[in-house]
Amino acid sequence: MNAEPRILNTPAEVTLAEAFSASRGHLPGDAAVAAARAVAFDAFQKKGLPHRRTEAWRYTDLRVLLRSVPPAPPAAPASIASAALLPGLDRARLVIVDGAYRPELSDLSGLDGVEVTSLATLLDQGDERVGALAGRLDDAMVALNTAMMTGGVAIRVPAGLDVTRAVEIAHVTSGAYSVFARNLISVGAGASLRVVESFTGPDAAASVANIVTEAVIGDRAKVTWAKLQAEGNAAVHLSTTAVSIGGESQFDHLTLMTGASISRSQSFVTYGGEFARAGLFGATMIGGKQHADIMLGVDHAVPNGASRELFKAVMDGKADGIFQGRIVVRPGAQKVDGKMMTQGLLLSEDASFSVKPELEIFADDVQCAHGATSGEIDEDMLFYLLSRGLPRAEAETLLVTAFLAEAIEGLGDEAIGEAFEQVARDWLADRKTLS
Amino acid sequence: MTAVRSVAAGMNGQIKMLSIKNLHASVGDREILRGVNLEVPTGQVHAIMGPNGSGKSTLSYVLAGRDGYDITDGSIVFGGEEIVETPAEERAAKGIFLAFQYPLEIPGVATMTFLKAAMNAQRKARGEAELTTPDFMRRVKVAAEKLNVTQEMLRRPLNVGFSGGEKKRNEILQMALLEPKLAILDETDSGLDIDALKTVSDGVNALRAPNRSMLVITHYQRLLDHIVPDVVHVMAAGRIVRSGGPELALELEANGYADYVGAAAA
Ligand SMILES: Nc1ncnc2c1ncn2[C@@H]1O[C@H](COP(=O)(O)OP(=O)(O)O)[C@@H](O)[C@H]1O
Ligand SMILES: [Mg+2]
Repeated sequence: MNAEPRILNTPAEVTLAEAFSASRGHLPGDAAVAAARAVAFDAFQKKGLPHRRTEAWRYTDLRVLLRSVPPAPPAAPASIASAALLPGLDRARLVIVDGAYRPELSDLSGLDGVEVTSLATLLDQGDERVGALAGRLDDAMVALNTAMMTGGVAIRVPAGLDVTRAVEIAHVTSGAYSVFARNLISVGAGASLRVVESFTGPDAAASVANIVTEAVIGDRAKVTWAKLQAEGNAAVHLSTTAVSIGGESQFDHLTLMTGASISRSQSFVTYGGEFARAGLFGATMIGGKQHADIMLGVDHAVPNGASRELFKAVMDGKADGIFQGRIVVRPGAQKVDGKMMTQGLLLSEDASFSVKPELEIFADDVQCAHGATSGEIDEDMLFYLLSRGLPRAEAETLLVTAFLAEAIEGLGDEAIGEAFEQVARDWLADRKTLS
Repeated sequence: MTAVRSVAAGMNGQIKMLSIKNLHASVGDREILRGVNLEVPTGQVHAIMGPNGSGKSTLSYVLAGRDGYDITDGSIVFGGEEIVETPAEERAAKGIFLAFQYPLEIPGVATMTFLKAAMNAQRKARGEAELTTPDFMRRVKVAAEKLNVTQEMLRRPLNVGFSGGEKKRNEILQMALLEPKLAILDETDSGLDIDALKTVSDGVNALRAPNRSMLVITHYQRLLDHIVPDVVHVMAAGRIVRSGGPELALELEANGYADYVGAAAA
């Protein structure tokens, strides 16, 4: 609203300012990085925490929701519980505990030829990948991440390399800490990569994670990327993924959200070359008083791009599900084909689902559409299953799983899809034992 | 717990599979069933015919235990037990099966997954062991072949993209696999061509058994040429207004329902 510098004034904003002054002297990075941190914090300070009049954050007012900010994690975290997440899914693992890459907990087998580097190392050396995409985003939480980032991991796949084993970037929060991590993924021309990004942490720990991932996908590359947000029930999860996709590349991304008390997951996809295809999928499962906000920005900057978005959300209890999707077709970006669909399933009368689709089209020869539906479990379908003897809980589980399946299967990776469908079934089984 | 009443055997000693007395059911303010009386002895096939809108589908739903109807009066005794308060899934496990007039398409639920879940759920409810996968596969294969249900259909999501005839065949497949005590077939003939009608009728006839009763709801007499009933009932305006032998169906075919529509309105 107003352009004057404002004074940070919520308790969380005050704590963040104190945390920045206290830590800026020993955050990783050379002098250039330190200068960039100062500029970024300044930008954050001017904006303050996003609030309901910040259009992109209108449903997630952090000035209200973020009451306090927990302390930075201890230098050497205690032992961490190894999450029995995604059993049966074969993958390499890069483990990041409280924002620090931990090679000794990681498993890099199957990644021959792939360069894996700790972000702290890159910051000390200086690396043009850091901020290449995130620097273009006008977002207070991204600026805050740039100022405060402590670690993370950088993955580089050279041109032409087909990495068949999936790579998990496992973010583990060990307790009620503030975590600022930055990850970088570069996939060379014609290469392929399967990424699983997971977020876990203990229940009852009021952690706040601010994670930014920048990914550059080369021409003709193929990337499948599945994110599982299964943080503890008191966690705040704020993540930003910025991706640029090259000509004739294929990028498929799925976000499965079950965890955290408050989550905001934003993705920005920019088309850097023609004839690229992106599939963006989401499956949200929340209950209790959970708040889960998915924000998606697709920027067709060049002609002949195709994008498919399918976001499904299941809300129980008093949960709030939010989806904001924005497709922009730049002037001259002809023959773009963009289709966005959002579907909500309300399992309780007190749950809510808000959808805000936006199409901004500045080219005339394009095919773009969006649609949204929201409803309850179909009574007729339910009765059909009951009439065959399926117990109500089992019938509901079948219908909810079926509802989510289209989004999970949209990713087009059978092994990851199966592991994620199991997460969905487990969520439904837990729901039954709770109700 | 529902009390078991000793109404299973009627005056003449016949065992009653189903005994409906003075059944009234409404949706909101609207009374749709207005005092249905009907008895189906074990092993018999009864037909219910009647004009559109007379309440035939409503009766089938109420028997299967669908939510949303207020049962304001009367009783439904199945196998000697009052079931008005029994949930749909328990009625299914007790042996009531409804072949829907309009079978539901359920995207995302594989037909085989559904069949196995239904068979095992009913077995579990009756305290029987779950089927092994080979046993399940064998049963499906045998039943599917008889009904011209192809492997390709079984691989699809439940009823999704099935033609009208394929959906009806899939209903009878489920009936064959679930082996109900009482099968209610709601307009199973609608939307079928002559060949499909023959396949479906043969499938149903093969399931006629001394310990199984059927209630065949139809608008047209032609189904009853294939599935010959023991008794034909006429339903009009929410009541059974006439009962007779198979010849009653021929009479209705010749004269239409005009008399009953008039009579019911009066
Ligand atoms: N859920 C409902 N709400 C209101 N009216 C209904 C409902 N279901 C059926 N009806 C009405 O009840 C009458 C009987 O319907 P139905 O049982 O489908 O008849 P039939 O199967 O004999 O054609 C019709 O007039 C129909 O419009
Ligand atoms: Mg009907």
